[in-house]
Amino acid sequence: MKNVPVALPRWIDVALLPVLNVLLALAAAGVVVWAIGQSPLAAVKLLLEGAFGNAISWSYTLYYTTNFIFTGLAVAVAFQGGHFNIGAEGQATLGGLGVGLVLLALDRWLPPPLLLPLALLGGIAAGVAWAWVPAWLQAWRGSHIVITTIMFNFLASALMVWLLVNVLKVPGNQTVESRAFAAGAALPSARTMFDALGIEWPDTPLNLGFVLALLAAAGVWLLLWHTRLGHALRAVGLAPDAARYAGISPQRMTLISLSISGGLAALAGANEIAGVHHKLLLDFMAGAGFTGIAVALMGRNHPLGIVLAALLFGALAQGGSELVFEMPAFTRDMSVAVQGFVVLFCGALSLLLRSPVARAYALFSRRRDG
Amino acid sequence: MTASAVELRSISKRFGAVQANRGVSLRVARGSVHGIVGENGAGKSTLMSILYGFYPADAGEILVDGRPVQLGGTHDAITQGIGMVHQHFMLVDRFTVLENIVLGAEQGFVLRGSLARARAELQRLADEFGLAVDPDARVRDLPVGVLQRVEILKALFRGARILILDEPTGVLTPQEADALFRVLAALKARGVTVLLITHKLKEIRAITDRVTVMRAGEVVAERDTAQTTEAELAELMVGRKVRLDAAPRTGQRGEARLQAEALTWHDAQGVPRLQEVSLALHAGEIVGVAGVSGNGQSELLALLAGLARPQLGRIRLGARDGTWHEMSARHAPGPRELRAMGVAHVPEDRHRLGLVLGFAAWESALLGYDDDAAVHTGPFIRRGAARAQCRQMMEEFDVRPRDELLGSSKFSGGNQQKLILAREFRRAPRVLLIGQPTRGVDIGAIEFIHRRIVALRDAGCAVLLVSTELDEILALADRIVVMCGGRITGTLPRDGADEQRIGCLMGQAATA
Repeated sequence: MKNVPVALPRWIDVALLPVLNVLLALAAAGVVVWAIGQSPLAAVKLLLEGAFGNAISWSYTLYYTTNFIFTGLAVAVAFQGGHFNIGAEGQATLGGLGVGLVLLALDRWLPPPLLLPLALLGGIAAGVAWAWVPAWLQAWRGSHIVITTIMFNFLASALMVWLLVNVLKVPGNQTVESRAFAAGAALPSARTMFDALGIEWPDTPLNLGFVLALLAAAGVWLLLWHTRLGHALRAVGLAPDAARYAGISPQRMTLISLSISGGLAALAGANEIAGVHHKLLLDFMAGAGFTGIAVALMGRNHPLGIVLAALLFGALAQGGSELVFEMPAFTRDMSVAVQGFVVLFCGALSLLLRSPVARAYALFSRRRDG
Repeated sequence: MTASAVELRSISKRFGAVQANRGVSLRVARGSVHGIVGENGAGKSTLMSILYGFYPADAGEILVDGRPVQLGGTHDAITQGIGMVHQHFMLVDRFTVLENIVLGAEQGFVLRGSLARARAELQRLADEFGLAVDPDARVRDLPVGVLQRVEILKALFRGARILILDEPTGVLTPQEADALFRVLAALKARGVTVLLITHKLKEIRAITDRVTVMRAGEVVAERDTAQTTEAELAELMVGRKVRLDAAPRTGQRGEARLQAEALTWHDAQGVPRLQEVSLALHAGEIVGVAGVSGNGQSELLALLAGLARPQLGRIRLGARDGTWHEMSARHAPGPRELRAMGVAHVPEDRHRLGLVLGFAAWESALLGYDDDAAVHTGPFIRRGAARAQCRQMMEEFDVRPRDELLGSSKFSGGNQQKLILAREFRRAPRVLLIGQPTRGVDIGAIEFIHRRIVALRDAGCAVLLVSTELDEILALADRIVVMCGGRITGTLPRDGADEQRIGCLMGQAATA
């Protein structure tokens, strides 16, 4: 009862605290770097240069960011609807699979302008379906969606192994992957798009998916705060009984919010399969679905926050791998640990600094008043 | 004057921008029952929370038995002999009475010794104060009146000589309330000091020796109970004269609008909650449903409002064009369809049902009515229009502050209720279902809400009013239906209904 929540100005809650939390996470990471006998300052410099030093590093950072925006939005939409979707990883995997299957089936028959929208739709349909089943079980059978979506991640992974090994693998090829899609059957890369504008740009995995991610963020913002559906969805998320009183079916809304969530996650899979790899393979999401949870948490389930948080995680992913490369004592695991610190301080401990900051603010404003 | 058990000197407490207590001073004589009255938000609960060590005061001094004390937490308060019975009981459902009483006051690692000692002590307390409770009964099996005794015993067990009771009669029948007052009298006779927080002026009259009136965080008056009247206290609380008795119906009641026929409903555990309930609502009439909460009124409202389907029986709803719609186990329109047919519903639990607390006021004002042509274009909400509409509602129903962007949870109870009324009244409903319209609402707002309900009736609406406040039923209803144990135990006309008769019907299953 002692820590009565105090109303702080918005800028403290949405800007100052997250920044302080990130700094705290970096400080903790700095202690780790210092403990292995390296200079924390040098590490930060390498990290920042690795993430933002030139066009190539920017490009990679934004490529990672793309995945995190999609999966972060996916988690956020489910969360706004009152559900914790742990299954973005599996839904993204299925999304990639859907995209890949459409491309494998039709890449010799249809021109890219027709083929790509169709592939994206195929991916979205697969992702929606993969989210829909746990949603249905939650809505009508009460099976907890946290459990079922986790299980569906494993199912997705097992399904990919089976399909690739038994159905899609090119006979005689040692690696477990499908044939490459026909040339042009891919989301245009950043290089291609900048070329068309006459700007020189390095060849990186960054592709049209990034633009789609920003559009998706805008779309989610419109949906949640400017439509009747979004109003109903948030009502269910905040107060299911009040929603029922208003004539909104929480069950129906569970299906809808999880379907949207699955569709958004699927686009992260599309980014990987149609934008980067141009073939189907195993484990192409590499955990981006799980990072999406941290991104949504840090972005406070708001599209703008998610874009910024995704950029942070994208920078950590890209800058972290550069750091591993440039500073041999700093291993891959430590780079993961740094991301862990960010999740810890920005997510789990996000309120750690709130009460000292509130006290400082109260002191400051009292002095100003008096 | 006798020695004071508690003395508060110039207590001030501020939460953010709200000054909850401002220089409050209070002396409570030892062995007396002292009432504290005031509207919601007057600062009564904050003051008591400070006395119970929940919050530190920003300024001021607390004296217990004439000695200044520092209360760093509830533990310190208990050490000083201060006990509190909360409005919402703080008991563990699955524990027995004895286990609940020992909880937090165990001595040693092994429970058995503590339990045995507690049993003996409990027996002594029960004998001394007439507070008999079966120590081995499970709390979840006990009625609320008994739970309250358990709470009081809990405080006494911890050595409380000063007992704070926060709105203790909110959930009791008149008879249970009388029993409580007898217990309080027994406590007083044995030197226990009682602080009674309430908004029911009748209780002040019935039991207290002195009464302190608070308004807007300050003490505005202190009186000997014998030398004041309810009217004076009400005026002091609100700061102006109030009239709570509504005008009876003048016109004739009109045609039947809604008929419930032998409604039966069992909950998920198979417990019957409603048994063969039949009633009819007519245009231009307020039917009041009286009863202790939890006797089927909530379920009746839920069925009539389309939130659940009757398992047996049916509901017939007369539409504007004279046709009848039927709701039964097989077929029932949902809340949305019912609203379209002119059924408005002001729910009993405005926090859980009536509002989405996480929404801004204008978003809550849209609940159930987002199909209004003025506020949407296709799938999109016209936010400007929706906000303007909410502002207009706030103007019409005097919702304060008039800020449609403010969070729904930030309004006081009365203003939240007025916002819900504004929303539900806006389409001039044919049938109004309204539950606990003034629960937790201050007197000024009660007056306003009552006037609005009566005005709606006079305009020809059929009103079903569910309330656990008998005064409210008696003030508003043209016809009174009493429920107990999921059945209607009696129907009384407005004249010829009095508290005693209704109380009897409330406390017993159907006899006649």
